[in-house]
Amino acid sequence: MKLMILAGPPSAGKTSVVKNIMRRLYPKVKISFLKIDVVVTFEKEEIGKDFPGIPVKIVYSGDLCPDHAGVMVMKDGIEWAEKNKSELLIVESAGLCLRCSPYLNQGLGIVVLSMLGGMNSPLKMGPMVGLADIAVVTKIDLISQAEREVFRQKVHEVNNSIRLYEVNALQGTGIDRLLVELKDMKDIKPESLVLKGVPPLGVCTICIGKKDIGWQNHFGVIRKLDTQGADYLYRGE
Amino acid sequence: MNIKKLTVFSGVDKTGDAERFKKFEIFPGNTAAIVGPTGSGKTSLVTDIEMLAQRDTVTRRKILINDKIPPFSYRQDPSKNPIVLITQHTNFLADLRVDDFLRLHALSRQMKSRGTVPKTLMLANKLTGEKVTENMKMTVLSGGQTRALMIADSIIIGNAPIVLLDEIENAGIFKKEAMAMVKEEGKIILFVTHDPVVALLCDIRLVMKNGGIAKILRTNEREKKARKKIIEQDIMISVIRERVRRGEIIKF
Repeated sequence: MKLMILAGPPSAGKTSVVKNIMRRLYPKVKISFLKIDVVVTFEKEEIGKDFPGIPVKIVYSGDLCPDHAGVMVMKDGIEWAEKNKSELLIVESAGLCLRCSPYLNQGLGIVVLSMLGGMNSPLKMGPMVGLADIAVVTKIDLISQAEREVFRQKVHEVNNSIRLYEVNALQGTGIDRLLVELKDMKDIKPESLVLKGVPPLGVCTICIGKKDIGWQNHFGVIRKLDTQGADYLYRGE
Repeated sequence: MNIKKLTVFSGVDKTGDAERFKKFEIFPGNTAAIVGPTGSGKTSLVTDIEMLAQRDTVTRRKILINDKIPPFSYRQDPSKNPIVLITQHTNFLADLRVDDFLRLHALSRQMKSRGTVPKTLMLANKLTGEKVTENMKMTVLSGGQTRALMIADSIIIGNAPIVLLDEIENAGIFKKEAMAMVKEEGKIILFVTHDPVVALLCDIRLVMKNGGIAKILRTNEREKKARKKIIEQDIMISVIRERVRRGEIIKF
C-alpha cells in the first residue's frame, strides 16, 4: 500500500487537491481516505457522493491538537486501510498551528499552500514546509506571475529539496503532473514507520483546560515574557 | 532565452472530434487574437499554451517551442517559464509600495534592479491613462493600473517572450499602444478578446467553436482597409467616452 499525507493551512485547498487526485485514480486504484479535523468536516458526504465506495474515516480531535491526534491514530488508520485492501491511503490533516509536520519517513508528505496566503506565508510555517517532499501550490490563477516567482523562491528558502507543483485545483490543471510522483512511489512498511520530525512540546496546564493567564498560574512547559538565559522553561507541580 | 517559434499541434474539441488543422505557428513580433462565444474554448487554448501542454490536458493539444518539447524546468519553475498569462482575475496581493515590489521581483530573478523600476513604470504608463507612480501602494491600484503594471513587469523584469492576455480590454488598456509595443519588443502575444479592433489589429485570428479551433484566419488586404475605418470609429468613441467622463453634453 502507498501512503500520502497532506497538510497545510485551513482553506488552502487540501480537500480539492484530494478530490482531484481521486477523480483521476477512481475507481482503477483502490483508495482509503482518512481525515483528521477538529470540530466539523464535510468530506464524508462530499466524497461519498462523488466517489461511492471509497472508504472514508473521519477523526475529530476535539480538544487535542489535530496533528497530535493524527500521530495517535495513524497506526490504526494504516491497519484499517490495509483491511480495506487499499492500494493507496490518503491522510489529510487539518493542521492548525502549522508548526507540526505530520509526515512520516515513508510515503509522500505533501504540503498544500494557497497563493492567497501572501508571499511570505511559506516562511511562517516551519516544519510543515521544511519536512515536506512536495509542495502543491493552489489558486495560482488569481495571482500575478511576479508574486508566483517570489512565492516559489520563499518555499525553496525553507526547503531547497522540495518539489513544487502549481495547480488550479478547481479545474484540476497541474494535477496530472503531480500524479507522476505517485507512480514512482514505493509501498510503505508499516513496522518501520516513524515521524519525520519531532512535534513541538505541548504539555502544560493550559493543555488540560486551565484558563488562568500568567505563567505563575501554570506548571509544565511554561514561558515568561522576558526570559533570561534559556528561552524555554519547565516548572513542575 | 531565444524564442524563434511557437507551434501548436491540434487536439480535440468538446465532442472529442479532431480539430481540422495539423498545426499552426507563431513567430516573435506576431500577434494572434483568439475569438469566439463564451464557452467556446478560448481560455482552454491559452491555458494549454501557458502549461506547455504535451497531450496531457483535456484538449490533447501539444505545444512546441523552437520545434522542440520545452524542457521540464519551464513547466516547473515560473521564473524559467517563457510564457506569462494575465487574466481579468490575476491580481497583485502584496501590500507593498510599487517600487519595493518591483525591486523584490527583480531580486528573486537575480537581476540588477538598477534602472528596471523606472523602465517598468514608463512602460506601464504607456499602457494606461491613469498614471502609476513608484510610491503608490500596490493594493490601491485600479484594475487598469494593475493590468498595465503586470504587463510591463512581465515584459521588463519577467523578460517573458510570450505573453497571453485573457480579456483584459475592459481594464482601460490602450490597445494600439500595446500592439505597437509588442511588435517593437519582438514578443509573441495572444489576445483572448471580444473587441473587434483588437481582433482585427492582430496578424492571425483563431476562431473557437465547441472547445476546438474551428478556423485560422489571416488579416487580408480587404480587412486591412476595413480595419482603418473601424479604428477611426473606435477613436471617435473613445473621444466621446472621455467627454462624457468630463461631464460634457454630447451632440453631433
